[in-house]
Amino acid sequence: MLTNYGYIGLFLIAVVLFTLFMVIIPIALRFLKIVPHNPNPIKNSTFECGMETIGRTWVQFNFHYYFYALIFLALDVLVVFLYPWAVNLRALGFASFVAVIILVAIILVGYVYAWKKKVLEWK
Amino acid sequence: MATIELNIYNLVNFQSIPPDWPGGFWWHWLFFTVVIIGFVLTMVMGVIYIERRGMARMQSRLGPNRTGPFGLLQPVADAIKVLLKENIVPDAADKLIHWLAPVVAFAPALMIFAVVPFGNGVLLADLNVGILYVVAISSVSTVGIFMAGWGSSNKYSLLGAMRNVAAVVSYEIPLVLAIVGVVLISGSLSLNQMVVAQDVPFILLQPLGFLLFFAAGCAEINRSPFDLMEADSEIVAGFHTEYSGMKFAMFYLVEYAEAVAISAIIATLFLGGWRGPILPPWLWFVVKVIIVFFAMVWTRTTLPRIRIDQLMAFAWKFLFPMSLFNLFITALQVLAGWPTELVWAMIIVNFAVMAILVLVWSKLFFKLGRGRIEV
Amino acid sequence: MGMVVSFWILAAVGIIAALGVVLLRNVFRAALSLILCFLIVAGLYVTLSADFLAAVQILVYVGAISVLIILAIMMTREVAQGSPNSRFQIPAFIVAILFLEVLVLTLINTPWPVSSMPPTAPTTAALANSLFGEGGYLLSVEIAAVLLLSAILGAVVLAREK
Repeated sequence: MLTNYGYIGLFLIAVVLFTLFMVIIPIALRFLKIVPHNPNPIKNSTFECGMETIGRTWVQFNFHYYFYALIFLALDVLVVFLYPWAVNLRALGFASFVAVIILVAIILVGYVYAWKKKVLEWK
Repeated sequence: MATIELNIYNLVNFQSIPPDWPGGFWWHWLFFTVVIIGFVLTMVMGVIYIERRGMARMQSRLGPNRTGPFGLLQPVADAIKVLLKENIVPDAADKLIHWLAPVVAFAPALMIFAVVPFGNGVLLADLNVGILYVVAISSVSTVGIFMAGWGSSNKYSLLGAMRNVAAVVSYEIPLVLAIVGVVLISGSLSLNQMVVAQDVPFILLQPLGFLLFFAAGCAEINRSPFDLMEADSEIVAGFHTEYSGMKFAMFYLVEYAEAVAISAIIATLFLGGWRGPILPPWLWFVVKVIIVFFAMVWTRTTLPRIRIDQLMAFAWKFLFPMSLFNLFITALQVLAGWPTELVWAMIIVNFAVMAILVLVWSKLFFKLGRGRIEV
Repeated sequence: MGMVVSFWILAAVGIIAALGVVLLRNVFRAALSLILCFLIVAGLYVTLSADFLAAVQILVYVGAISVLIILAIMMTREVAQGSPNSRFQIPAFIVAILFLEVLVLTLINTPWPVSSMPPTAPTTAALANSLFGEGGYLLSVEIAAVLLLSAILGAVVLAREK
């Protein structure tokens, strides 16, 4: 098993080196004067939509993003429980199916509550 | 010398490779590293060509047809052009993060292919947790996109990145639940085992799961009609507004590499991967990937972009309940013994169940206001 | 051999990433450092032959919790300036030293037993048996579901206050 992860680890190193290489090529070419490099203040200002930038960039965001991320986290953990069960369902039999139904039903209480309270809508 | 010759012989004849082809640790690794990177780059160029020409045909245009025969060299020309462009980084940007973002976004897209089989046992690493690895690794590229949005110090970039996070967060759950259906039938998480288990392609046994996975997968990689994060008419170009030259090209690559990755996963999970008559396995695999990608292009040209409230409602009020139904129906069928001699009856039943569920739930969905903001 | 090399690489990068979380002034960069740390922990799980756990670590921590952390950073006011000086610096330092002492003492006094059994090869099926099988931890799983339910309800309550 560890051989396979050896492949994955070495592949990760190769991929990171490859992507870094792709980002570095233009920098190398810049020193060979093939890629132009003429910065000036106007060019290096923030583009945004073409107009002058107004106000700060890092503005505060809608709380709803955070709400969805929280629900996502809870459901993600639920799904993690479902994977081993799905692999071994044939051996585990009907009892485990009932157990998973209960597991999902408990979580679904929260889901139905969120739906009823209309917080699943984007505001 | 003899071992090298043997290896080269093995490389040429994919079909003669036994499932546990070792070929020596380093040879195996080197071969598949080169093959995977080459495969992804070639496929990306191919699918960009297919998308541009196919979309042009669907919109009664010609598309790029000047560079080389039928415009086949257009992606090459684009690559050279973009390589020679000036690299502009805004003064206000967080330079390091701006520079690292393409790397963090691109590496996971390539990493996915480490577990995708090109033939029986022809893959870099046949992990026991294969599909879970794919789901886990693909979630890392969100971080790269958020780094790009943040590092640009641009309101629209940040908004694009936030929308991306919202889309990924919402569509990840239906995506992984749709996969659980396939895992239930094949009884394994290894992608190669899943393909081996597909005597009948799982698209027939899991039609609802396929639809859910396709929709959620398109949303996950932000393809139209779910491409809110780079909606040109609203937020310029989303998270890569401030990128130019090679780094912009990297994000372009990421977009298509992820599309190829999702197509490859769909082909492996639902269309039987490398299995097929006559043609060699890897060719079947490539053909299936291109078919799935073409379906994505088709949906892109057919459907208009949806609003963000519709995006969220579609995930939470339509796909999520449907994927739970799919999961439990499949589990019951597996528990009932999945009668192998009655496969065709099962297929008909599954298609009927899919049609009824989709129809009934869409009625309900429309009645509940399609996620429209309630005033 | 490969194990030892990979362990030391992972350990070194992990410690650097963890130091980055503490020392970087820019909150966003600290968060990225934390995400790197999560990935390294996943790598350490792999060296311990716990592949399912490693995948779950990446899925839940990098996929979900890092998103939560980044979104929480987005909701703070002064991001780029980092954490300002506070008058709790010295008490916090003392508490940290005490905690470190407890950790080090535990580390030294625990008789870390090394199992001579070979690791279970496909971990997933064994995991399923102990989670849902006969004599497994089924009750704990259901209680974990209740915990998740409370998390969802908390999120709903927070979202409704707006």
